[in-house]
Amino acid sequence: MTYRALQEDMAACGYVASDDLAVALQLALSLGRPLLLEGAAGVGKTEVARTLATVKDTALIRLQCYEGLDAAQAIYEWNYQRQLLTIRAASEAGETGKTVEERIFSREFLLERPLLAAITQDVAPVLLIDEIDRADEEFEAYLLEILSDFQISIPELGTITATTRPIVILTSNGTRDLSDALRRRCLYTYVEYPDRATELAILRARCPEVEARLADQIVGFVQKLREEELEKTPGVAEMLDFAAALMGLGIADLTDDPAILQSTLTTLLKTQSDQAQITSEVAGRIAGKAA
Amino acid sequence: MSRVTKFAGRDPGPAARVAGFIAHLRQNGLRLGVAEADVALAALTHVNAIRPDDARRALRAVCTGCKEEAERFDDLFDGFWMDMGRVKQKVIPKQTATANDDVHSSRDAQGEDAGASGSATAPDAEGGEADSDGTGKLIATRQRNLNRRDLRDLVRPEEIAEAEAVARRLGAALRDRRSRRRIAARRGDRLHFRKTIRQSLATGGEPLRLLRKKRPDRTRKIVALCDVSGSMSVYAQVFLAFLAGLLRADTAADAYLFHTRLVRITEALRDKDAMRAIGRMSLMADGFGGGSRIGPSLMRFADTYAKRFVDGRSVVLILSDGYDTEPPAQIDEALAKLRKRGCKIIWLNPLKGWADYAPVAEGMAAALPHLAAFKAANTLADLAALEAELASL
Repeated sequence: MTYRALQEDMAACGYVASDDLAVALQLALSLGRPLLLEGAAGVGKTEVARTLATVKDTALIRLQCYEGLDAAQAIYEWNYQRQLLTIRAASEAGETGKTVEERIFSREFLLERPLLAAITQDVAPVLLIDEIDRADEEFEAYLLEILSDFQISIPELGTITATTRPIVILTSNGTRDLSDALRRRCLYTYVEYPDRATELAILRARCPEVEARLADQIVGFVQKLREEELEKTPGVAEMLDFAAALMGLGIADLTDDPAILQSTLTTLLKTQSDQAQITSEVAGRIAGKAA
Repeated sequence: MSRVTKFAGRDPGPAARVAGFIAHLRQNGLRLGVAEADVALAALTHVNAIRPDDARRALRAVCTGCKEEAERFDDLFDGFWMDMGRVKQKVIPKQTATANDDVHSSRDAQGEDAGASGSATAPDAEGGEADSDGTGKLIATRQRNLNRRDLRDLVRPEEIAEAEAVARRLGAALRDRRSRRRIAARRGDRLHFRKTIRQSLATGGEPLRLLRKKRPDRTRKIVALCDVSGSMSVYAQVFLAFLAGLLRADTAADAYLFHTRLVRITEALRDKDAMRAIGRMSLMADGFGGGSRIGPSLMRFADTYAKRFVDGRSVVLILSDGYDTEPPAQIDEALAKLRKRGCKIIWLNPLKGWADYAPVAEGMAAALPHLAAFKAANTLADLAALEAELASL
């Protein structure tokens, strides 16, 4: 499969991937290596995994990382309640300890968490490890073993080897530096905000009902807005919300009414100081320039 | 004319060229192992490697690991594969000429390694031009080499070791005392009785999982910004050693250099070999000893890296004399922005140690209202003496 074909498949699912990203994804698929995507919030990193799952027609298993995430929440856990009920029932039935023990530490009593679930699927799923930089360093180290060997050892049960090798996508916003060891095991792509043509293609793909002239204005406006000094730069998702808001209000031209334009900016500007900075005059000026 | 590098007929083939490219990247500070060469070669078989753009994209995905590397990659790629059609003389890395010209200290002879005659360690011809047309690698002339300072000449390993000790003590002083309260933790020193009992309800009163609690470590992260402009070059020795020591002593610390622009040096200084780290830093510190644009540099820091690395538990150390060529309002604005992130800003000014020093430099005056502390620092001993003061912040 060439990267162009992959790019077209993804575009058919509504994701416009840059050439860099498409090549990296294609390599991740053909070399069977995890792909680390870094970039600002809102450039569409998570969406890559979602689209890839649709393209490959397979399940998406998502592990959202956070501080304090541990093996029990990410890999597996015993179903304690069920084990306890089984013990109680067994003691009433007069079963001996050994057989009960064997029974309660079997796959039946194992709760699969995302990572274990990902390697035991019949069809290779897309495993999205989202915002890996939020997890602790020790968890990152734990991940290394799974990502390179695709096997998980459970003391009471033995080693579970992967039936299929999942397609792994990791994302990071760069809240902390990732270890070299993790970076070395992954392919890497830095995802930038899309350029004007790409963003226009995204808007076309996602909201085909937006009229061409307005679509051009919307993208131009958001691109210009990203050049302003903002605390939180609007991402692609915000741009789509903005377009939806304009459609909902029945606006056909951004330069028509600065007051209405200002009211729709809540979809793009997410902090108080950003909203204070982009007044209706500023918004009008940007819209005028973008038009 | 095609820009693609022509390889010599005696060249062993694609595998050697890829190995040569990996060596080229390694020389330029990218941390790549043997395995990467293998993956790179495999990657090229999966794309249309004849097309330079596809090869570039594939190699970028394999060989880079962070944003900074991804940004530099295009130049490095062009330098090796797109050498304006020149025949590449040296493809396989040789033991004799592994170090980059730019990282050589003055102890080594400088030279070009791609000229048809002569070797890397022999002095080059007058003017620094290639010996014969079309077979030379474009490299900097002698003039430029002289302009670039090798920071390893400034810093000695003993100083780094000493600075490391100072940095460790400072770091310990900045990490404030541990909290009295205990919070739930995976590896705490005590049992979290209330939580354990509460959770045992789900298992019919059997406390199957013992939950723990501990006193939280309220660590403070040190972010150091060091001015290496001309006016600061006399103090560079102390400060560079300090930065190198700081990053070796504290895994959470973060460091930057600025003169007319801002460079993040954390990655480079994390190298296990202290002197090699300083060498890598010299590569990045192009412009060392030049003019100073403190305001714009700080502003750039506040707008980019600070958003990722600075929070309420950070201490921002600025090592600068405050002589700025830009309007002071910029410093004011940048520091106000930084402070909004909740960090403490400490300014260490080497001039403050002087008897009648007053912060009359406009930049310094503008900065003062934002500072949690404004101290003198000329030597490592001065930095060490700050320990007590910083502990009370």
